[in-house]
Amino acid sequence: MRGILSAGAYVPHFRLDRSTIAAVAGSGGGRGTRTVASFDEDTTTMGFEAARLALRSAPGAPAPDALWFSTVTPAYVDKTNATTIHAALRLDDDVAAFDFGGSQRSAAGALRSALAGSGTTLVVAADIRTGLPGSGDEATGGDAGSALLVGDGDSVIAECIGAASATEEFVDRWRSPGAERSKLWEERFGETRYLPLGERAFQAALKSAELSPEQVDRLIVTSLHGRAANAIANRLGVPTENLVDNRAATIGNTGAAHPGLLLTAALESTGPGKVIALLVLADGADVLLFRTTEAIGSYRPARTIDDQAAGGGPVAYGKFLSWRKMLTVEPPRRPEPNRPSSSAAGRALDWKYGFVGRADPDSGAPQMPPLPSGSDAVPMADVPGTIVTYTVDHLVYSESPPVIFAIVDFDGGGRLPIEMTDVAEADVAAGVRVEMTFRKLFTSDDIHNYFWKARLLKEAS
Amino acid sequence: MGSHGIRDRVAIISVGCTPFGEHWDLSADDLMVQAVNETLAPVGLTKQDIDAYWLGTAQRSCGITLAKPLELEGKPVSRVENFCATGSEALRQASYAVASGAYDIAMAVGVEKVKDAGYQGLPATQPPNDGTVRNLTAAAMYSMIAPAYAKKYGVGESEIRDALSHVATKNHYNGARNPLAQFKREVSKEQVEKAPKMAGTLGVFDCAGVADGGAAAIVVRAEDAAQYTDKPLYIKALSLVAGNGSGLQDPNYDYTTFPEVVDSCEDAYAQAGITDPRGQLAMAEVHDCFTPTEMVLMEDLGFAERGTAWKEILAGTYDLGGELPVNPDGGLKSFGHPVGASGLRMIFECWLQLRGEAPEQRRLGNDRKLALTHNLGGYPGEMVSFVSILGSELG
Repeated sequence: MRGILSAGAYVPHFRLDRSTIAAVAGSGGGRGTRTVASFDEDTTTMGFEAARLALRSAPGAPAPDALWFSTVTPAYVDKTNATTIHAALRLDDDVAAFDFGGSQRSAAGALRSALAGSGTTLVVAADIRTGLPGSGDEATGGDAGSALLVGDGDSVIAECIGAASATEEFVDRWRSPGAERSKLWEERFGETRYLPLGERAFQAALKSAELSPEQVDRLIVTSLHGRAANAIANRLGVPTENLVDNRAATIGNTGAAHPGLLLTAALESTGPGKVIALLVLADGADVLLFRTTEAIGSYRPARTIDDQAAGGGPVAYGKFLSWRKMLTVEPPRRPEPNRPSSSAAGRALDWKYGFVGRADPDSGAPQMPPLPSGSDAVPMADVPGTIVTYTVDHLVYSESPPVIFAIVDFDGGGRLPIEMTDVAEADVAAGVRVEMTFRKLFTSDDIHNYFWKARLLKEAS
Repeated sequence: MGSHGIRDRVAIISVGCTPFGEHWDLSADDLMVQAVNETLAPVGLTKQDIDAYWLGTAQRSCGITLAKPLELEGKPVSRVENFCATGSEALRQASYAVASGAYDIAMAVGVEKVKDAGYQGLPATQPPNDGTVRNLTAAAMYSMIAPAYAKKYGVGESEIRDALSHVATKNHYNGARNPLAQFKREVSKEQVEKAPKMAGTLGVFDCAGVADGGAAAIVVRAEDAAQYTDKPLYIKALSLVAGNGSGLQDPNYDYTTFPEVVDSCEDAYAQAGITDPRGQLAMAEVHDCFTPTEMVLMEDLGFAERGTAWKEILAGTYDLGGELPVNPDGGLKSFGHPVGASGLRMIFECWLQLRGEAPEQRRLGNDRKLALTHNLGGYPGEMVSFVSILGSELG
């Protein structure tokens, strides 16, 4: 039996209230909120956070032997981003790590390929969606990461029972590499392409699984072409009430991450023996059919999408624009940091990417950072801690000042002065519980300086 | 093994100090030449009479930095650096060189040209690294002191604030009586407390200024001092401790004390034979980079019992006319902090005060014969600390 062993999605902390857009941009916006990756997040860090949750949700599952990462907005080109996630997850060096890029369809394709392949593959996707101020893409988009662990065995929670694709070349949505926004053809044109493609692929997939449309218990439809996605959902013969909420009202459309995110949401709310259909409309149509297994009854997600969607905090539209480089604000009058040294970073791989300390030879307490005397590796990335004291630094260089910095004592020993993120000053105090999160401290000479920060602890549900 | 010091074996025969400030029209070379010349002139020495130089500067490298502007001929010049204790380190090296017998006359020079960077604050440069090094200003690190102190000793926020404000107004009061200071103005408690916040609860007036400056001192064997001056200062103790950074990792460290200061202070007192610092010292120049730093130093240097420094400060114990005047020249608060020069600037005030040459407005009200300088570099949990004891009499 091959299918999904576990699933996780990462919903970033910040929410943009769409109703605040029009006052600045003159138009656009709408109701509800969209998620916003913070200034210190990118698709790599969000992909990692999702992957971490997926692995945490399946403690007994086999370790992945490959990591595939899909995004439309990679932190790097030419350099593989999956290797950063690989390092932060501390996967063995014989685990392959590949990027799938370019379009939303690559994410669907990576998932389909993993399900059609062999071994255990961690299929990760993340996206940061935006557009020009006031645009539809800006308002309807969202930022997130998602991860699905694909493999074999009795612990599969959703068996893949069918798949089909339909492909057609047409120019509906396009973006030059590096451009800040996508451009769109008249919406009606794309709709006339997507509807027949989606119907064809859906019917082919059902046929391969010997199912009829009414046997589909949960239908997921996702596309950056919102009009086509809405229209096709009513044309497939699946009962309307079986349609999975596309999270447009709270999260937004998270592009490459969205198929995995919605599938994760469905898996988090579906019992055994149910058929889930995933239809992705992106330069064609891709359909995957799953049947949940008995194993899903005992499956416990580490952190559900519902919990994450219910949390979070607001970000002002101006700050959102500055984070997306749509609004250039006065930088701090401090020297910009130097680029991190690749060779020094390579020597500190475990510490920098994995947040691994070393045991002090006398006390056994974790050295953070490790000292030359350090002995055994002490992984600290998943160890929560408590704020001893903190400060707010209005002077230091930051892409989004001020910097909130805390002295954190970790459960079981170890202390580190560390920057806080995703937090308002009012929420920080001595005694507050925190957890570690993988972030981008700054970018210098186009090198992203990844390391860890502390955020308020989100207790497991 | 042991730390024995060089008590009474080396004497300071001249000290010079430039005005500290935003010297847009002076280079580091200008400041070094000025400091050196001001130090040589009173004792009738020339630059070639000095057998060896130690240059303390944080930003510039190698001895040529000094040899070139002074146009020295065939002289040894070592550039030293030890964070914000750099100027003190230069004096320490020069003194030990004379005590060893290697040289007859040595000069310690300290200089920093901070205001050419185009940014506020001290320029912090790091060698290429893995990018995980903490990114935080000194103000932010030191801003953790006051809340921790208040919590540990059960002192109210407003009492602590009053004490910190008193440190600032006291040092500015003293600096207003010092023509070399960067800020020669008194500030009121209200000004201190209404200033914009830099980090945590620390406002602008809780932080030392940023200035350019230079200072220098000449040392000889104690027995040779009379050839140059009838009022030398004898080095009673020099102590330096470089912390290992464990405070940043140690959950037992509580941000209410600087262990490196305690260690260097104990060593210095042992070298100098000091048993009652508050009763024996005429004055102390301490590293008031931030107001909470000075508060904690009063306890770490043995000037106050633990948990009582805030009260002593408010009682005026360390005021100019108090029991033990601290920073009678105005401190880093009034002088700013040209890193390489500050330690020697502190020595300059001891030089003036113990010889009775300080301007009358800020002259000490006691006739004790010993003075202390304390200079630190780094942060709570990870610092270097230097303590010197100087005396106007042998024995």
